[in-house]
Amino acid sequence: MSSSTATHTYVPKTRVGKVTDYVDSRVGGSGMVKVFGRKIFPDHWSFMFGEVSLYSFVVLLLSGTFLTFFYDPSMAETHYEGSYLPLRGVEMSVAYASSLDISFDIRGGLFMRQIHHWAALLFVAAVAVHMLRVFFTGAFRRPREFNWVVGCVLLVLSLAAGFTGYSLPDDLLSGNGLRIIDGVMKAIPVVGTYLSFFLFGGEFPGTMIIGRLYVLHILLIPAVILLLIAIHMFMLVLHKHAQFAGPGKTNTNVVGYPVGPVFGAKAAGFFFIVFGVLAAIAAAFTINPIWNYGPYDPSPVSAGTQPDWYIGWVDGALRLMPGTIGDNFDFEFMIPFPWGVNALSLNVLIPALVPAMIVFTLMFAWPWIEAWVTKDKREHHLLDRPRNAPTRTAIGVAGVVFYCVLWAAASSDLIATHFLVSLNDVTYWLRFLVILGPILAFMVTRRIALALQRKDREIALHGRETGRIVRLPHGEFIEVHEPVDDYKRYRLVSFDSPEVMIPTPDADGKISVLDKVHGRVSRFFFEDRVAPVTPKELAASHGDHHGEIAGAKDRESIASH
Amino acid sequence: MKALSQRRRHPLAAFALLLMALLVTGGLYAAASTANEAQAQTTTFTQDDVEEGSKLFSANCASCHGMGATGSQAAPSLVGVGAASVDFQVGSGRMPMQMDGPQAQAKPVQFTEEQIRQMAAYVASLGAGPAIPSEEILDASQGDASNGGELFRVNCAMCHNAAAAGGALTQGKFAPSIDGTSEKHIYEAMVTGPQNMPVFSDANISPEDKQDIIAFLKTIEEQGSPGGAELGSLGPVSEGLFIWVAGLGVIIAFTVWLTSRSS
Repeated sequence: MSSSTATHTYVPKTRVGKVTDYVDSRVGGSGMVKVFGRKIFPDHWSFMFGEVSLYSFVVLLLSGTFLTFFYDPSMAETHYEGSYLPLRGVEMSVAYASSLDISFDIRGGLFMRQIHHWAALLFVAAVAVHMLRVFFTGAFRRPREFNWVVGCVLLVLSLAAGFTGYSLPDDLLSGNGLRIIDGVMKAIPVVGTYLSFFLFGGEFPGTMIIGRLYVLHILLIPAVILLLIAIHMFMLVLHKHAQFAGPGKTNTNVVGYPVGPVFGAKAAGFFFIVFGVLAAIAAAFTINPIWNYGPYDPSPVSAGTQPDWYIGWVDGALRLMPGTIGDNFDFEFMIPFPWGVNALSLNVLIPALVPAMIVFTLMFAWPWIEAWVTKDKREHHLLDRPRNAPTRTAIGVAGVVFYCVLWAAASSDLIATHFLVSLNDVTYWLRFLVILGPILAFMVTRRIALALQRKDREIALHGRETGRIVRLPHGEFIEVHEPVDDYKRYRLVSFDSPEVMIPTPDADGKISVLDKVHGRVSRFFFEDRVAPVTPKELAASHGDHHGEIAGAKDRESIASH
Repeated sequence: MKALSQRRRHPLAAFALLLMALLVTGGLYAAASTANEAQAQTTTFTQDDVEEGSKLFSANCASCHGMGATGSQAAPSLVGVGAASVDFQVGSGRMPMQMDGPQAQAKPVQFTEEQIRQMAAYVASLGAGPAIPSEEILDASQGDASNGGELFRVNCAMCHNAAAAGGALTQGKFAPSIDGTSEKHIYEAMVTGPQNMPVFSDANISPEDKQDIIAFLKTIEEQGSPGGAELGSLGPVSEGLFIWVAGLGVIIAFTVWLTSRSS
């Protein structure tokens, strides 16, 4: 910025220099390079999933553009005349026929279809893992709350992009998926039928839906995703990257490589790695073999009909929901309205909407929920190790388990056939697990996190157990502990461990209901805590170890445990 | 005619009429169903086959299916199941049943071709049923694969999967993969409805349409997977599993490698 406002005194000598200066003095590129080129990225493997999703998205844009050249989103009827024999002469939509043409009659088309679909799966997976990394390291805390929300919206949009794309080939599999969407919409009381008719342009499947999904898929959704990626990256630059604590890595600096040249080179290389991995997968592994499924026809449903993985959990919830409880209770209510009776089909609405509502509400609101619990208004540029926030980590793992049980339920039929168990039993077990699993996962994870914290504390104070047994002159056996070096110890001792906040009475000596609730939640979060090692404790234990035979004083510490 | 008109109000007239109607419908039905079955009726068995088959049956099958194949608590009667049923069940190794369970599972075949034919002859001699299909009707090259594909998707794919990779049924039962199943066994399965499979009689799917279905199955079996390794043809589940384990696994290995210099 400063360079563009400064008086322009530099006179280039070479021809290249003149051209460059001509452009730079009008565009201000050197100013941007100065700002962005010096942006520091810390190096940790877990920080790279955002990049993976960005690069997958670039692959999606490139391969998707190729596909639009040949794809025809028309639901007009035609008879397939392409080169895939088992479908020749079969009546189908133009959309499906053009997808088959891309697969069999357009040079490189099948590869492009496959890399597009594989990249979509990787894109959503990378987004999900990136968000898990951000969640478990506490990178959503002030000042990054809004960027977390932008990321959440990006996740929702990537699901929307995936689902609209999944439906485009108009094959049997995607049509079955749309039928479920249609069913869920129609289950919404009063307005459901209208919504469905508006979306499909009449009764399902109609002749409009593919064209509409196509416009959403190639125009609106990617445009909004691009915009949000820009905002996401802008905020990333604004906030600077968070980092793990370490010697010299504090809340007020960022230690890593600048974009130019090291990180930029690495990132460009990594783009080609992601592209290469996707290309290798697309070349060797088939995905969505639409020629197997045949054209969409509302009557057949193939065994093994599932959505792509990221929608699987909703499908799983629908599979787990009991149709009735006992003989009479069927979750269906007839609500009398002035204009007639409307059905309220909770056996569809509950599984289709409730798990998604729980997960997405908690996800979007989490930065503020946690800030309310901790009453922490500070800026956080240092990341938590997951073990150092036991309750948050446990809640996250509970969420992951909840999600994964629903996800597994979407493949209940394949679990049954491949593990030779009864489909009914799989469903019953998963019904229990979807309720009990998250609770168990919460308790176990929190205990494990606390245990790891105790282990860290032990190592920070007394060093690593070497397994070397030494016999002292008076006959006692002790195990030698090797003190950790200062770099490692720094990681073990530098973390926050909030304590329970007891509600305090206000000026009238009263405790408000909200404060009482807050006190209880705070107790739930921080009652079990392992305090970080204080400098005093460290100094005391240092006194133990230095200038002695390593084990001589250790026996006190051993004896004290 | 006078006698008839006088007796039409006789109390038994209604019964007589009913009896006549039943005879006509039954007779027509019998004619129609034998007409259907006649098309696949090819193999002829000798009396020797029947006698040998009877001995084999008594030694290997009668403990469950009963002497004379009239059935018991443990297994159904085989009277009228036809030679095709025996050829399928014994020829695919499902019978004799290895163990009690949700359904009989395929295992190595326990009898020779000759023995299976003899048992089929014996069971066929007990009552009319679907016969072993002829070579001509099993010739996949004569079938129309795209018509077969449509029939397969409408009639078979909901259990056997659109790519014939198999699928789950309730209570541990399942529809097996049809990959590698012989033309004869596919045909016999359709006409006899083994395990939990419904019977697709010739009135339901004509022999020519059955041939088309076989042509479709053999076409997709022989063409392999145009897009590369097919990951079990299990649809989005195996694809999702693959991208999470192999795809993301490789990517993570690269991220670790790229950042291995520091920390």
